[in-house]
Amino acid sequence: MKSTSRLGAWVAIAIGTLYFVLPLIATFEFSLKMNRDGYSFEAYKVVLADPGFQATFGYSTLMAVLTIIVGILLVVPTAYWIQLKLPRLRPLVEFITLLPLVIPAIVIVFGYLKLYNSSSWLPLTGNERATDLLLMCSYVTLALPYLYRSVDAGLRAIDVRTLTEAAESLGASWPSILLQVIFPNVKSAILSGAFLTFAVVIGEFTMASLLGRPAFGPYLQLIGANRAYEPSALAIIAFMVTWASMGLIQVFARNARPARKTA
Amino acid sequence: MAYLTINNLHKRFDDHVVVHDFNMSIEQGEFVTFLGPSGCGKTTVLRMIAGFETPTSGRICVGGEDITQQAAQKRGIGMVFQSYALFPNMNVTQNIGFGLKMRKCPADDIKRKVAEVIKLVELTGKENHYPHELSGGQRQRVALARALVVEPRILLLDEPLSALDARIRKNLREQIRDIQRRLGLTTIFVTHDQEEALTMSDRIFVMNQGRVEQEGRAEIVYTEPATEFVARFMGNYNLLGAADTNRLLGLNISGHLAIRPESIHVLDGHSQQDGTLAGTIRQHQLLGNIIRYQIESAGITLQVDRLNRTASDLMPAGTEVRLQISRDDMREVR
Amino acid sequence: MSTSPDSLTHHPEPGAGQIRKGLTLSSLNWLGVAPFFLFALLFLILPTATLMIGAFQDADGHFTLGNIARLFDDSILSAYWISFEVSAASALGGTLIGLALALAAIQGGLPQWIRPTLMTFSGVASNFAGIPLSFAFLSTLGRMGLVTVLLRNYADFDLYGSGFSILSFLGLTLTYLYFQIPLMVLIVTPAIDGLRAEWREACESLGGNSVAYWWHIALPILWPSIMGSALLLFANAFGAVATAYALTGSSLNIVPILLYAQIRGDVLHDQNLGYALALGMIVVTGLSNAGYIWLRSRAERGRE
Repeated sequence: MKSTSRLGAWVAIAIGTLYFVLPLIATFEFSLKMNRDGYSFEAYKVVLADPGFQATFGYSTLMAVLTIIVGILLVVPTAYWIQLKLPRLRPLVEFITLLPLVIPAIVIVFGYLKLYNSSSWLPLTGNERATDLLLMCSYVTLALPYLYRSVDAGLRAIDVRTLTEAAESLGASWPSILLQVIFPNVKSAILSGAFLTFAVVIGEFTMASLLGRPAFGPYLQLIGANRAYEPSALAIIAFMVTWASMGLIQVFARNARPARKTA
Repeated sequence: MAYLTINNLHKRFDDHVVVHDFNMSIEQGEFVTFLGPSGCGKTTVLRMIAGFETPTSGRICVGGEDITQQAAQKRGIGMVFQSYALFPNMNVTQNIGFGLKMRKCPADDIKRKVAEVIKLVELTGKENHYPHELSGGQRQRVALARALVVEPRILLLDEPLSALDARIRKNLREQIRDIQRRLGLTTIFVTHDQEEALTMSDRIFVMNQGRVEQEGRAEIVYTEPATEFVARFMGNYNLLGAADTNRLLGLNISGHLAIRPESIHVLDGHSQQDGTLAGTIRQHQLLGNIIRYQIESAGITLQVDRLNRTASDLMPAGTEVRLQISRDDMREVR
Repeated sequence: MSTSPDSLTHHPEPGAGQIRKGLTLSSLNWLGVAPFFLFALLFLILPTATLMIGAFQDADGHFTLGNIARLFDDSILSAYWISFEVSAASALGGTLIGLALALAAIQGGLPQWIRPTLMTFSGVASNFAGIPLSFAFLSTLGRMGLVTVLLRNYADFDLYGSGFSILSFLGLTLTYLYFQIPLMVLIVTPAIDGLRAEWREACESLGGNSVAYWWHIALPILWPSIMGSALLLFANAFGAVATAYALTGSSLNIVPILLYAQIRGDVLHDQNLGYALALGMIVVTGLSNAGYIWLRSRAERGRE
């Protein structure tokens, strides 16, 4: 009986693997067919040499980095403060950070366009720099659930209150408490949240497209609508970027485990 | 003939042998305890009896029938787990009735039997509660009732009390023993707590590193340890190596000498009685009804227990005393 | 468009000791969280609230239920219906297949390395949504896709001749499954890990076989988690724009695409109807998320 259930498990895994690997193989195979006389990396060469690719990928990377920095500056002190001083507000803050999972991105950006249009009280869509700022804020919003949960879990794992009180009783000042005691212990949690944010932001389409900014997502869409082989090459590149982000999370999560045990 | 017999039981996980050549036989209605530190193999033996682990070699027979290869659900052996293992999706009645339902008992019978056993474990009024609404002690009584209601041939208890706090533990321990006697249940109890083993069992198997160090009636195992390990594990024996024994007592032995702290008599420092040793009190600990002294004699520190009768009895550090140890209280152990 | 497992794990409430200091609120304490609340107000709450209000206004700002009523026009209602079908189908498929994969990897007695591999891959695939995903499926099941070509050349089977199209309902569902299944694996894994080995052993020692264990114990315990995950998957698919847009353009009439087109080009010629459309989406995703949260709290009851 046990061997039949193991056979079933193997079958499930095999079918799953087929379903998930086949599109990757197909995409890769397709991306190599740009030259008619055989397989080549021509599509990749064309894509990587395209100034549009370089510009939009650079723009999205910059956006992702800014999003991560602003997100961390917003989330870490808040999560810390909630744990330390205002635990009663925790359910409210958790609820707010979950809202971006409930409200679809397209609805949020629609709201921005209504609230911050060029004739409104705060015309953030009025010029390009202000729209960049709005796009970055929209990405921080999208990243809130990931960042907050990850940082909050990291803070819980180290018992912030006791650590802070211990540091206080040893005469540490507030900056040194934060920088030398709290931050090093939640570094890996923050990094995990950061890489996940990167993976989400880098190819984001809806926000960037509707705010009219030259990001990687709209570029992908444009190429997809007009070219044959380049989209496959871009899909493979995007998949590798996602894989790298997730892989780095695994690396940091693994490193974090012993640290948390000793805490 | 014995009811449960185990012959030459071995269990190996990968390269690691956890049970070596385990042999035992239990009479019907007997309460037997496997006692030992964690990792000594006691739980593994229990799980092989229950059918959750397959022995590498050896035989397990119940009532003359070989059950070594039988599936767990066919054995009719009840088990109570340390973590209770109550089904969280069922209330008390459903949890207790589960085994009867599996045996396709008529609904009326299930109802009656469950009601009886709920009364037996004193859970009346909790019938419709879910496990998470019960205290630890109540949960363990549900687990006990669940195992009892199917009238198992043998009841296995895997450290059932160690997750509970001290007062509930003592209470439940008496309750388990009482029910076991009343139902005449053949029971195997696993624990690492020697006090629990001593108070509950008819017979104790002291285990260490996959082997049985000693088996015997509770009072015998306590007063007559067979090995150094048993002496250390069962009580606060003073254990002297061969050299120390020779120096202190002038005796030649090959193993260790075990002396219980309460069997050393403390006499006045001026006593001239024969066969006594000179000693100096170094310190003491108050253990309630007992005062435990650390007394140095010939460079060896001995633990000596005295009853704590009046405060004036207490001997301060530095007091010179004479110690008397009867030959009958010295046990040579392997 | 997808969710990490981290964001879904629920934590118990803080102990009484933590509340102790929270009771002595000073205005200074509030300053510490002010930036967060200001940000949430400006970029999350107000934008959504203004849409919700707009849904109940006409072009001149007067109160009306007309926009809501127009959601029930045939063309819009059908968009909601197709969205519902795609989301429900991909949620159902994702739930069943994801559950099967997670069970196989965790309890199937497979080699140790299967589980971490599946988890890492699920983390990647659940985030591999949007436009690149649609490219991948076009390369696989499009008219010139690898599978389509292989089937035609070797199995003599004309996929598109049989009525299949990657741009169809079935094609979109198959594509959505690519991030729905891994998401399910990630959400349901903690619940499966919560099944304790002793429950199976207790069941066995009481005379229950494997079927009895799954029917009476494991499935009832997993049930709220499974249902909750299905609702979350549903909401996840319902709000997704990029994958569908890149795959089908505007050939498939689902709500997010309708809304996208409305925002881009005002195809409905009525801004306030757009707001009502958005409100409808929030109601659907909000309800399924609320269901998820409710079921999750039920699943956690008695798991101490």
